[in-house]
Amino acid sequence: MTVALSGIEVARQLGPRFPEAIIESSNQAIVVKKEQLTAVMDYLKNSPELSFSFLSDITATDYFDYFEITYQLTSFEHNHKLTVKTRCYDRNKPVVPSVTGLWQGANFMEREIFDLMGIEFSGHPNLKRIFLWEGFAGHPLRKDYL
Amino acid sequence: MEIDKSLTANYDSKSIDLLEGAEIEALKASSASIIPDPDEWLNEEIKRNIFLTTLDWAINWARRSSLWPAVSFPACCAMEFMSAFVARFDLARFGMENMRSSPRQADLMITAGTLTWKMAPQIKRVYEQMAEPKWVIAMGACACSGGIFANSYAVVPGYNHIIPVDVYVPGCPPRPEALLYGIQTLQKKIARMHHSITVPDLKKALEPEGVRGGA
Repeated sequence: MTVALSGIEVARQLGPRFPEAIIESSNQAIVVKKEQLTAVMDYLKNSPELSFSFLSDITATDYFDYFEITYQLTSFEHNHKLTVKTRCYDRNKPVVPSVTGLWQGANFMEREIFDLMGIEFSGHPNLKRIFLWEGFAGHPLRKDYL
Repeated sequence: MEIDKSLTANYDSKSIDLLEGAEIEALKASSASIIPDPDEWLNEEIKRNIFLTTLDWAINWARRSSLWPAVSFPACCAMEFMSAFVARFDLARFGMENMRSSPRQADLMITAGTLTWKMAPQIKRVYEQMAEPKWVIAMGACACSGGIFANSYAVVPGYNHIIPVDVYVPGCPPRPEALLYGIQTLQKKIARMHHSITVPDLKKALEPEGVRGGA
C-alpha cells in the first residue's frame, strides 16, 4: 500500500528551503504559491528523500473566487504519495506555470484542463484544445458556463 | 525517424484544427432538425394497393438474410453488441456473422453508443461510404435521443440528427435480446420493400423499341 505523506510533515521539510512558498498545509495536501510552484515541484521530484518521479494526475476545481489545480505525485522508490495544490485568483486570464518540463505526462493533462477549464499553462509546448474542437465557445467545466 | 519536411510543408497542426472545427460547426448548424424515418414507403402498400412480386420477394429475401454490419461503436453499447455477436446469442443465425471493417462492403450500421459532435463527421462519412441499399439501427438510449447526455454541450442528441435511422432499440444498454428483436424488426421492414423493377416493367423493357413507342 502506498503511504500518503502528511502535508504538514512535508511542509515542515520544505519550510527552510522555500520560505513563504507554502500557503497552508493539512494532513491531506500542501498548497503552494503558483509563483514558486516550479521550484517546489523540482525539489519534490529531484530530492533523494522524496523523489516523486511520477505525476499520477492533475485536476482543476472552480471555487468561483479562485481556481485550484491539484497535482497527485507518487514516488515508486519510497512508495509514498503526496497531493500538491496551487491557486489562481485571476478569473479572466488564469495562468499557472506548466510542469511539463519535469514530467512529460503532464502534457495531455494540462491540455485537458486548458480545454475544459480555460486555465493557461505558461511554458507548455503544445497548448491547444484536446477534447473539444477549435472554435468551441467557452470552457464547459467552469461553474459559470451556461 | 525524421518526417520529410517537404511532406509536412503543405499543412500545420493549427490549420488542420481550424478546418476540423469549421467542419464540426457546419455539421452542427446543418443538423438542428431530425431527419425523418425513411419508411414512408411502408404505407404505400396500403395506399396504392401494391402486391409484392416474386422478384421483390427474392431480392428482399437476399437482402434481409445477409445484413453485414459496419463498424460504428463509439461507446459502451458495443459491449452488448459483442455479447449478441458471439456464441451465446449468436447473430450468425441471422446471416450477420460478417463484421465489415470497410463500410463499402456493409449494408447495416448498428450505432452502438453515445455520439459526440467531434465524432459526428466521421460517422456521417462512414454512413455515406456505405453502398445502397443501407439501413441504420440506433442501439441504446444515447443513439435514440442522446440519453442522459442529451443536454450536454458535446453530445449529439440522437443519431437521427446526422443520419436517417430505420429502427430504434431503446435501453441503457439494451439487452442482446432487444437488439435481436430490433434486427428482426428491420428484417420484416426489408421484407415489405417494393422495388422499382416489377414483372410488367421487365416485360416492357424486353419489348422492341418500336412496339413500346406505338403502344
